[in-house]
Amino acid sequence: MTPRYSVFSLLRNALSYHENWQQAWRSPEPKARYDVIIVGGGGHGLATAYYLAKLHGIKSIAVVERGWLGGGNTGRNTTIVRSNYLWDQSAALYEHAMKLWEGLSQDLNYNVMFSQRGVLNLAHNQHDLRETLRRVNANRLNGIDSEFLNAQQVKEMVPIIDLREGGRYPVLGASLQRRGGTARHDAVAWGYARGADALGVDIIQECAVNGFRIENGKVTGVETSKGLIEADKVGVVTAGHSSVMANMAGFRLPVQSVPLQALVSEPVKPIIDTVVMSGAVHAYVSQSDKGELVIGAGVDGYIGYGQRGSMQVTEETLAAICELFPLFRRMRMLRQWGGIVDVCPDASPILSKTPVQNLYLNCGWGTGGFKATPGSGWAFAHTIAKDEPHELNAAFTLDRFRTGFLIDEHGAAAVAH
Amino acid sequence: MSGYRLSSGGQIDRARPLSFAFDGKRYQGYAGDTLASALLANGVDLFGRSFKYHRPRGLFSAGVEEPNALVTLRSGARAEPNTRATVVELYDGLEASSQNRWPSLAFDVMAMNQLAGPLFSAGFYYKTFMGPTRKAWMLYEYFIRKAAGLGAGTLLPDPDRYEEMNAFCDVLVVGAGPAGLMAATAAASSGARVILADEQSALGGNLRGSASAQENLAGLAALDNVTLLARTTVYGYYDDNTLGAVERVADHVAAPAEGQPRERHWTIRAKQVVLATGAIERPIIFGDNDKPGVMLADAGRLYVERHGVAPGRRVAVFANNDGAYRSVAALTTAGVAVSAIVDARREIGAEAQAIAAASGAELLLGQVVTRALGGQRLSGIEVAAFDPVQGARDGAQRQISADCLLVSGGWTPTIHLASQAGGPARWDDSLTAFLPGEASQPWRAAGACQGTLDSAACFAEGAQAGAEAARACGLSPNPVSLPGAKTEPLADVPLPVWDARPPHGKGKAFVDLQHDVTASDISLAHREGFRSVEHLKRYTTLGMATDQGKTSNVTGLALMARERKLSIPEVGTTRFRPPYTPVSLGALAGQARGSHFRPTRRTAMHDWHVENGAEMQAAGLWLRPRIYAQGSETVEQAYSREARQVRASVGMVDVSTLGKIDVQGLDAAEFLNRVYSNGFLKLPEGKARYGLMLREDGFLWDDGTTWRLSETQFLMTTTTANAAPVLSQLEFLLAAVWPELKVAVTSVTEQWAGMAVSGPKSREVLASVLDDLDMSNEALPFMGVRKGHLNGLPVLVARLSFSGELAYEVYCGAHHGEAVWSRILEAGKPFGMIPYGVEALGTLRIEKGHVAGPELDGRTTAEDLGLAGMTSRKKHYIGSSMLKREGLTDPARLKLVGFVSADGGKIRAGAHLVAANDTSSPPRSLGHITSTTYSPALEKYIALGLLEDGPERVGEKLVATYPLKNIDVDVEVVSSHFFDPEGSRMHV
Amino acid sequence: MLQITCPHCGARAESEFHNGGEAHIERPKDPAALTDAEWAEFVFLRDNPKGLLLERWNHTQGCRRWFNVARDTVTYEILAVYPMGSQPPALDPRRYV
Repeated sequence: MTPRYSVFSLLRNALSYHENWQQAWRSPEPKARYDVIIVGGGGHGLATAYYLAKLHGIKSIAVVERGWLGGGNTGRNTTIVRSNYLWDQSAALYEHAMKLWEGLSQDLNYNVMFSQRGVLNLAHNQHDLRETLRRVNANRLNGIDSEFLNAQQVKEMVPIIDLREGGRYPVLGASLQRRGGTARHDAVAWGYARGADALGVDIIQECAVNGFRIENGKVTGVETSKGLIEADKVGVVTAGHSSVMANMAGFRLPVQSVPLQALVSEPVKPIIDTVVMSGAVHAYVSQSDKGELVIGAGVDGYIGYGQRGSMQVTEETLAAICELFPLFRRMRMLRQWGGIVDVCPDASPILSKTPVQNLYLNCGWGTGGFKATPGSGWAFAHTIAKDEPHELNAAFTLDRFRTGFLIDEHGAAAVAH
Repeated sequence: MSGYRLSSGGQIDRARPLSFAFDGKRYQGYAGDTLASALLANGVDLFGRSFKYHRPRGLFSAGVEEPNALVTLRSGARAEPNTRATVVELYDGLEASSQNRWPSLAFDVMAMNQLAGPLFSAGFYYKTFMGPTRKAWMLYEYFIRKAAGLGAGTLLPDPDRYEEMNAFCDVLVVGAGPAGLMAATAAASSGARVILADEQSALGGNLRGSASAQENLAGLAALDNVTLLARTTVYGYYDDNTLGAVERVADHVAAPAEGQPRERHWTIRAKQVVLATGAIERPIIFGDNDKPGVMLADAGRLYVERHGVAPGRRVAVFANNDGAYRSVAALTTAGVAVSAIVDARREIGAEAQAIAAASGAELLLGQVVTRALGGQRLSGIEVAAFDPVQGARDGAQRQISADCLLVSGGWTPTIHLASQAGGPARWDDSLTAFLPGEASQPWRAAGACQGTLDSAACFAEGAQAGAEAARACGLSPNPVSLPGAKTEPLADVPLPVWDARPPHGKGKAFVDLQHDVTASDISLAHREGFRSVEHLKRYTTLGMATDQGKTSNVTGLALMARERKLSIPEVGTTRFRPPYTPVSLGALAGQARGSHFRPTRRTAMHDWHVENGAEMQAAGLWLRPRIYAQGSETVEQAYSREARQVRASVGMVDVSTLGKIDVQGLDAAEFLNRVYSNGFLKLPEGKARYGLMLREDGFLWDDGTTWRLSETQFLMTTTTANAAPVLSQLEFLLAAVWPELKVAVTSVTEQWAGMAVSGPKSREVLASVLDDLDMSNEALPFMGVRKGHLNGLPVLVARLSFSGELAYEVYCGAHHGEAVWSRILEAGKPFGMIPYGVEALGTLRIEKGHVAGPELDGRTTAEDLGLAGMTSRKKHYIGSSMLKREGLTDPARLKLVGFVSADGGKIRAGAHLVAANDTSSPPRSLGHITSTTYSPALEKYIALGLLEDGPERVGEKLVATYPLKNIDVDVEVVSSHFFDPEGSRMHV
Repeated sequence: MLQITCPHCGARAESEFHNGGEAHIERPKDPAALTDAEWAEFVFLRDNPKGLLLERWNHTQGCRRWFNVARDTVTYEILAVYPMGSQPPALDPRRYV
């Protein structure tokens, strides 16, 4: 039984010099077989395992992770959470995630520091304004909180912004989702891992998947660096490495893996409370609880698996940020890095069955993965457990590229792909 | 109050006293001081407060690795928080203040955090702050945020300027210490273009001020092929041997001089790189090892030798290697008494022994410092016997009085750049240090950064690396004479001691000083399963502070290795990422400010528009006239007037921003026929045709008219937004898909100025001003294209209409744009001709039901927009094969229709359409409004929109709802062709 | 920042170029013969390898010519540049799991 975390447990353990805390999750050796194996120990994979165990009563589940938990995009993103997407299908999925976010710390008994400090998407020209208003109204009709602020209201909310009146990229207004905000990315992986572990899920780190055992078009196991592990069902949630996994299973994906870069500044006292995003200038910024400015860029223009930042993207992004916030120029960049995001042609994810029976795929989240984590895991767990998608993810098939039922969210991300 | 200025020595200019202030108190230092050395000389020992516990902290180092002495430098718009006092060069009038304390540095209320210290274990915040309600976190977070964050950023815009420089060289040498100097000298001897950069205020590293270094530098400075960059930090090593560096041009003065940038960012593309980045000393941890007065041993030496400052009056030394004896020797030479040397080793070499003896210090071998004593500053140390296997012994501890303890735990080579550029670092067991891994880019390391600490060996390695780098560039270096350094007998191989505490030692043992990460935090992380390096870092925040763990990472790894009973390299190291030290955002943003942020594209008639009262609006990079408001007209009044005048008489709009592509070649018609969804093979010369372009997946992409100027030449126009993508696609198709087609495409967007002359009087106006064109309907029919002259200026005239009126587009060379524009307007005066902007352009096209950007949003099909008739069934073209897929022909797709306001209310762009009787909340969206305008022709608000079953609903009443403002407008669904649906007006 | 050697202009900074995706994707010669699934394969399905990738680049800020590049997607090392319409040279790429 995993002991609960609380201020009382903290006090009790402080008295014993913190020497009696238990492992947040076990590190078991893999068993010979499981009902379900989830490939990929990031936020989405761990959430999938958690909901499979919690909501679908599946007892025998393993998560296999090549490296360490949350070491991919879960631990490399800019932690923004929002659900103000344009299309009904996306809005429903992200809003479901938002509702789960709102109770996640309590559900997991792990403080994921979900902070609803509001997300602003700036509009810089008439085209932006038109698109923003369309989206805000669409959000309202989908029951998602969404507001429009004029330039003056933006200034009141973010006093340090330079509206650049008459300038090259004036701020004409912004959409605001007050329920949006940020969460602590590592805690999401760790909280789900701890929660899943408590429900009996085996979390196996440093276990690379080298292939799938497929018999008569049906997956029956996973070849790993720790040997063959048999399974009735396998869910693949490996973000930037999805194409590599699909190749192992014998099919191709409409996905490209591209670096998405981010950086943080040195920490300073609170200077900006909300998340500010600008699609037109390809940049977004928020301030972490530690005080660092967390700044994100657009995706790189070509396929890459190097988890690193590049100079010109940093320069372009910071030029944009310093235009909006000229007072940031004297602050300093502390770290820069890249995550590998998997992008679909219509900028929407794939949460779907695959050509291989009992093999399920969750990928293509592009720049939207972190915010979707709880919803993605929830819907993917349903898809695996029932062998059919939930209404929430029914549209996000692999097949839509054949049929043409695209969910074109270009422009939904703060940064166009 | 223990540091003091020595009466002589140091590389300071005692003739140039400088006045400065810290926390409002005035002090004096000298030119050549850093802020840290000057404060130390004034006896200041309290520099800051730690992040979590607000413990008092003093100077720990003398360089970029400083974790403690962070101050806010300057004030007002130039305030720089989190600035390391150890790298701030003193200037007259310098002002700095301490951070993260209230009300004062000496008395900080937040130091109460220490009382709750036992609660603040690693990751404690993940385990609590979750109740009583879901929203409670927002309240806790408010206070946590206020407590976090170190210094405060300025709220004023930065007044300074930043420059960007691009440099190319054969050999870049990073670090100008012994190895770097020799590398640059050797490489330069070949004639190679060499850049030598060093982060310090002067080149030379440990040789700074020495005669040999001066001679060497003077020699290099005299060479044309060598660029010397002091105060320049090479912070990042990127792909293809591109390195980023920041030169601090004016950070060592109060403010940049007139015309001078504050900092200059260098993008250096080097054929070869020599990394001579040195090494940083690491501490050994023990109880309360964060007391002000505990300092790295080499820092003590630097303060004495470089700044003429003694770090204390009763100095003790704690070491596990010979490096600390260099410091002892330096202190002895300067007359600073060393009272005790505690060395974990049981035996030391003769040279070290001699130094110890000369210092007069008591030498305590086989012993370690287990704890620092004192209140707000160090007053003494506790010493215990040490066993290499068992560690420090419990029990009898001896106390030694000291106000300064110099600690040396060995050296950590500065492998940041090598790690950024290369493979994983390599562990060296004898040095207990990570060394550069295998190079995957053309760099080589030399000197201390690859573990070579002896000066003579550094010289030799540097010279060799420089020569090899030059040879790798195909050049021939000359042999260089090495400075006469003799091999030092000091042994820098440390005895591995990481944590000197006995099993039940007292006091907190800090691994990461800035983030208050203790040895027990690392044990806790291990206990809870956060055992991989990344989990350790993220859970405890080890190495995540502004110093990025320069003095703590290896120790942290060693402690985790001890917990896991693994060797250090088995636990691993993290890959270093740029930047090596923090870099100003301003330097990276560079000159891309204001109008330089993005280029602005202006049409040939731009100045005319501005002079004539146009309100300009951005369309991509272009600026276009939105309206030409008269008096106090609103936007709606202005565009209504303009549109009305076009329909009544004549107006002119600048259409120069449309993409224009010259398509030439024997197969030009065939090419266009494959690119457009409608036929182009049979387009006669002198005729234009409206064409649709699809994406390969069948969705609509772009539209525009293309004019056949001759058998083999076409002028294609595209939308403003797609000008560049369409050109790229055409080039791609010709290069990759149909290389057999004899066609060339060129952008001529910039070459042509274009204007649309619209309205019933357009023919008369143009006829009066054109020299040689018969403008009659017979001579220039609808869609006809003619070449002619206007007041002697060559023009192309095409009879096209976007407005639905009799209309022409006149194209001329961009140089003539304003002249042609003005002359046409002049000719139109008798008809009341007006210029109109893109708002009126929109009004006129909406009245006609023509689609534009809002409808062509990449998500619609030709069929959605009622343009199915333009998708040929007789030919194959881009997009044709995927056009008929179920997702594109689904009856549920939204279709284009028109809407008129039934109650006179304004229909807003972005409104959604819902059934009039839909009482659900929120109601179901049946579609949305794409384009909207007041129609002066119909005298009501009209709109275009995409609607479920659109055409079947014509005549239905719906509601255009705008939930944002709770505005509902009753609308009637109508055909999208509002005005003159037969097109009679443009065919006259 | 990559340095790409345009076959027509020489080595230039990455910022002058535009990536055009996977190379050697041949547009169907007989468009009518393909099923929707085959068309989807041609338009959307792409190799997305960790390691050697053959791709097209355009020197947009220079000669505007297209050419092929063989690149390692992990190290970003450019292994070869070769003209449109020709096959890649023999390469010995690194392998990643």
